[in-house]
Amino acid sequence: MITLYDYELSGNCYKLRLLMSILGIEYKTAPVDFYPGREHKSEWFLKLNPLGQIPVIDDDGLVLRDAQAILIYLAAKYDPSGTWYPRGNPALLGKISQWLSFADGITATASAARLHDGLFYALDIDAARAGAHRLFRILDEHLWFGEREDRDWICSAPSPTIADIACFPYVMLSEEGGIPRQDYPAIRRWCDRVKRIKGFTVMSGVFPAGPA
Amino acid sequence: MTETGCKDPVILNLWHPIAAVAETAPGRVADTVLLEERLGFAIDDAGNAAVWRSRPGLATGDRVEPLEVRDTLPAKLAYGYLWTSLGSPEEIFPIPEFAEPDRRRLNAATIGVNVSAPRAIENFLDMGHFPYVHTDILGAEPHTEVKEYDVEISIERDEILATRCRFFQPMASTTSSGGADVDYIYRVPHPYCSVLYKSSPVDEKRLDVIAVFLQPIDQEHIHAHMMLCVLDEENEDKVIKRFQQTIFGQDKPILENQFPKRLPLDPRAETPIRADKSAIAYRRWLSQKGVTYGVIPALG
Repeated sequence: MITLYDYELSGNCYKLRLLMSILGIEYKTAPVDFYPGREHKSEWFLKLNPLGQIPVIDDDGLVLRDAQAILIYLAAKYDPSGTWYPRGNPALLGKISQWLSFADGITATASAARLHDGLFYALDIDAARAGAHRLFRILDEHLWFGEREDRDWICSAPSPTIADIACFPYVMLSEEGGIPRQDYPAIRRWCDRVKRIKGFTVMSGVFPAGPA
Repeated sequence: MTETGCKDPVILNLWHPIAAVAETAPGRVADTVLLEERLGFAIDDAGNAAVWRSRPGLATGDRVEPLEVRDTLPAKLAYGYLWTSLGSPEEIFPIPEFAEPDRRRLNAATIGVNVSAPRAIENFLDMGHFPYVHTDILGAEPHTEVKEYDVEISIERDEILATRCRFFQPMASTTSSGGADVDYIYRVPHPYCSVLYKSSPVDEKRLDVIAVFLQPIDQEHIHAHMMLCVLDEENEDKVIKRFQQTIFGQDKPILENQFPKRLPLDPRAETPIRADKSAIAYRRWLSQKGVTYGVIPALG
């Protein structure tokens, strides 16, 4: 059984809960008092992940850190349809990796802004917000051109991939960091499509899709 | 923000929370903002505290003896938090249950929210949103009706009291074993603080106490300090905190999307329904007190 070292308000933990909900994977939650307790910097947690970051999973002794790495593992191991991380399609795998990296950029900007506003992290808030807008503009254009060619998802595949799951949470939570999305209509439509994926689940701050 | 500084004497003369004691490094200078004023503060291991208007020479992180700081503001430790005032405060409101030795007393979290304090208090008083915002925790469809309850403004204690509140909750607390009708009592003993009492799943004669103490940064930004004082011998602190943070995290986007951000006190400004009885009393009470900070005062 998978144990997820988890903090409810973390978008990076949420992306794992989201994929596991969609794939119907059962797991146990080990709560980490990320805030205010800073338990991810505690001695026992640093043994699990010397980087002092959540999430971490333990799947029968296999300990993995890094949200994007864990998405790859979960999809490769537990998705019988093989569509979330299509191992036989090198071009698509390359694109997925590219967007997983992009998701890390969203974490470094939009998530950082949210940590600043909500949990008082000391950082350059203007730079974080400007960085997030730069990435959102790129993502919005990518999705907008995708819609012109009937591509609903971030990567060119008929169904969503882990790239969508990786990018979704901190886009969706961006307003908590003072980053509105009204200028990104294609992002808004894509968020709505993600919310309609079978097995979709919410976290605090993310609401389900309205009636179609 | 066009205005600078708080000129509201009612608010200036109140005690305001500025930090959770549990989250303050002892003997070190920390800083925060209250009513648009930058403040420094420190607490030592013995529970001595000092608060002052920020000034050169006392930098964040510096070692400091609170008892040796001169030119300080009023300071008080209460309910797990450090409180201060920019005016001349009276006694802080009582929460007698806080002294009961078998309770778990925790700061669930202090979270920054882009909203006025009165809007956040009003949301805290509202039961109508439970099934929609806290789905499957504090409410669930089809149990959406807010049944008749009583609200009074206690002249003698100068606080609002809402009693006989009752709501079906699928998971009222970390100790719940299933859905139950839960009794609620709300107190608003301070324009920016509210104390909620709700049925304890482990002792039918007693009530869990959950309070929000709001630190006004400016008229449209707060730090929400969430105090828990609950009966729970089963769960680790972090599990109890997580439960409360989950709920608050669900409220946060709702609060931040309120428009206008300040609470309108004119009775004609927003149309209330029965469920809003306590909100109506709260708005009237703020008007009667003459509060102007964080609200849009009624004309005339």
